[in-house]
Amino acid sequence: MSLLEISGLSISYPGSAAVLDRLSFVIEKGESLGLVGESGSGKTQTALAIMGLLPTNARVAGGVVFDGTELLGQPERMLNLYRTRRMGIVFQDPMSALNPYVRIGAQLNRILLEHGLASDDEADSRSLEMLRLVGLPDVERQFRSYPHQLSGGMRQRVMIAAALIGKPDLLIADEPTTALDVTVQAQILGLLRGLRHEFNTALLLITHDLGVVAGNCERMIVLKDGKLIEEGMTPQIFAEPVHPVTRAMLAAARRSDFLARSHERTPKDQTPVLEIEGLAVSYAVPGERRSRKRLPAVQQLTMTIAPGETVALVGESGSGKTSLARAIVGLLPVQSGSMVLLGKPLTGRVESRPNALRRAVQMVFQDPVGSLNPAMRVDDIITEPLTVHEPDKIKANKDEVVAAMLRRVGLDDALKKRFPHELSGGQAQRVAIARALVLKPKILICDEAVAALDGSIRQDILELLRAEQQQSGLSLLFITHDLTTVRQISHRVLVMYLGRLCELADTESLFMRPKHPYTKALLDAVPIADPAIGIIVASDLGEAPSMLQPPSGCAFHPRCPYSISRCSEELPELQDFKKSSAACHRAAELAL
Amino acid sequence: MLRFALLRLLWAIPTLLLVIVLAFLMVHAAPGGPFDAERALPPEIEANIARAYHLDEALPQQFARYLGGVLRGDFGPSYRYRDYSVSELIGNAIPVSMKLGALAMALAVLVGISLGTLAALRQNSALDRLMMGLAMTGISIPVFVIAPLFILFFAVKLQWLPASWSGSTSAWRLLLPVVALALPQIAYIARLTRASMIEVLGSDFIRTARAQGLGTAAIIRYHAMKPAMLPVLSYMGPAIAAILTGSVVVEEIFGIPGVGQFFVRGALNRDYTLVLGIVIFYAALVILLNLIVDVLYGFLDPRIRHR
Ligand code: SF4
Repeated sequence: MSLLEISGLSISYPGSAAVLDRLSFVIEKGESLGLVGESGSGKTQTALAIMGLLPTNARVAGGVVFDGTELLGQPERMLNLYRTRRMGIVFQDPMSALNPYVRIGAQLNRILLEHGLASDDEADSRSLEMLRLVGLPDVERQFRSYPHQLSGGMRQRVMIAAALIGKPDLLIADEPTTALDVTVQAQILGLLRGLRHEFNTALLLITHDLGVVAGNCERMIVLKDGKLIEEGMTPQIFAEPVHPVTRAMLAAARRSDFLARSHERTPKDQTPVLEIEGLAVSYAVPGERRSRKRLPAVQQLTMTIAPGETVALVGESGSGKTSLARAIVGLLPVQSGSMVLLGKPLTGRVESRPNALRRAVQMVFQDPVGSLNPAMRVDDIITEPLTVHEPDKIKANKDEVVAAMLRRVGLDDALKKRFPHELSGGQAQRVAIARALVLKPKILICDEAVAALDGSIRQDILELLRAEQQQSGLSLLFITHDLTTVRQISHRVLVMYLGRLCELADTESLFMRPKHPYTKALLDAVPIADPAIGIIVASDLGEAPSMLQPPSGCAFHPRCPYSISRCSEELPELQDFKKSSAACHRAAELAL
Repeated sequence: MLRFALLRLLWAIPTLLLVIVLAFLMVHAAPGGPFDAERALPPEIEANIARAYHLDEALPQQFARYLGGVLRGDFGPSYRYRDYSVSELIGNAIPVSMKLGALAMALAVLVGISLGTLAALRQNSALDRLMMGLAMTGISIPVFVIAPLFILFFAVKLQWLPASWSGSTSAWRLLLPVVALALPQIAYIARLTRASMIEVLGSDFIRTARAQGLGTAAIIRYHAMKPAMLPVLSYMGPAIAAILTGSVVVEEIFGIPGVGQFFVRGALNRDYTLVLGIVIFYAALVILLNLIVDVLYGFLDPRIRHR
């Protein structure tokens, strides 16, 4: 008998098409199954159906048989016998999934007490033991902490502890690492692998990332629009995908495996559009305004962007990449250092800058729908910047401008009267790009601009940006945490750590011959979409230290596997190499 | 957190001072004096009385004298109850008023939260609709209408409960006034609780709690109650003020010798020191209770506490 048998599972909601259409699959005891699909394919609905957590207005048909018992349609009381003890679930966003008002320890204790898994006296020690097992440092303190006091990775560890505390037979992980940095993602995936073997738990791993499946699942199924389109052993599907959609997904994931731009002549030798030298940016620490404590978000940063060049800005959250972008557009004050745009000094806040400089730098954000004015129609959104900069011109030929811009970003003219919420994520991002391009900027800053988009749509947007760049010589500053995207679009890469530049290198050289240990760690953390390569066990980096108390010397030294005594004493200077420069004492001698 | 509380405490001082100034000016702007009578008194006697109560001094001087007294807890002599000081009158009336107010508040909170939670759990059921309909009615009918209706129905018609304080020693004597005072607050708190409970129950962390197999009772008690109570707690300030003002009416209607009744009598008798004293006392009380609510709020919401 299989552990879990899903048969003909269909889910629909009143007034919309079926979100899941006769899905059937099984999970055997102790096996790991990957459930892959883009957003809207019904992955999460499947997970909720298994746990009995679907909203009350969902119409469900089919069967969910767990260890011989039908779970569909059972009352809560009955389902509660299975939850925790037989199955557990880890959700995507550990911030909203943990109760912000209850201490971590109390949340875990409650599970134990409610299921009679521990007595009042034992609960504390059992919970602590579980937290230790998921690798939480300083367990006693975290036990008494509230979720907001933990980092994202720590919170996800707590979620895993909560899901496994009843030693269930099945663990469902729904995009468990999507909200996390790559380095943390690698740690969490490693933890799941380890615990799964320790507890002999079956795993249903839900993800859109084929790299994650490749390294973690023996078998996989692929969903598309609520239907199962492919099923089989993971290596086999990777080798010979049958369904065209699977093939396309794999191709998209692998496209990153060749260096798309390495053959292009890098335009970095021309006069730069933007030159930044010794830039320092800091901002007031929230809640500490009175103490005037300032957080050094960017320090001693020097870089250039040439016309038509794409520079990717990479680093974990808190590395200062967004602060740098905000300083360039004039949303954060510059503390010291200089910026020169088109030969003119770029100073002051955005309002005080001359118009020509203001429109030369535009920005596109991560959340396309949220960054567009919800009360405006597409045509007004696109032309709005012009009403500020060229009011007379726009009044006369607004329709022409709108039509031209829509064509340029590959959108149908029929969309121009829509509101943002009536657009898909990809369409909205195209509108945001059109809005930025209408001012004919010299530099476009993309802040995680494709992070929220699914694989194929993400490719389309990247393609659009690249085409735009080739036509108009636009420079792109591409902020991202996703190294596969970096590989596809950028000429050069700038790696930041705790506000400082670690490595600045040509893309090819960065991926092939990283010079800085931190770059190497980032590269190792990326899951590779090839089960044959398997898992490169990344060295466990632990958590990034706080910017408020950056480590002495090289800020990376507490996490660096190569650190020597000099590292903690002396700040490494930027050293130049053939196609890169790196700030590491051992950059010259190490072969990474 | 401690700093936050201290800051609030510091702010309370100018607030209270402003209340004192405003109340003082308003009372002095009111037409007629405390010793005006139908029969005119001889001018010498009037002058004597004025001198005895310092009414012949300039306004700023009077205010300074008054403020000095207030700081020592002395609200001056009552103009009407000649043998008592205002402080004594308030002091004697406080116990019964406090009992009335505290009981009404406790009743409102307990019943309001229970009904609201129940309605949230049975969202859109017949029970939910009935309760929310009743709550709407409860909010719409003012205390001065409810109280006489109560008396008419329970005391006069059914004769279950005593209508007035005087002469009765029954433990039930406070029941009608407490319920009359609490009713609109019960209704309001129930609606507030229902709304915030529904929102909390829809949040991701409740879904997590369900995924952990916690029963409804445990989910409400250990996960949902605290966040759902935050809006209710914010309402406690206005609720306290509403109960205080309501108690003035209720005490008068039920004949309860509390602070509120003295207030009404004082106003009718132009006993200005008494009115002024009670206004300041109530203002201080409301400020203090609001301060406590704010601090409690910080304790319930850890994200505020750690700021
Ligand atoms: S300077 Fe030292 S600690 Fe820093 S990255 Fe290089 S080897 Fe590691």
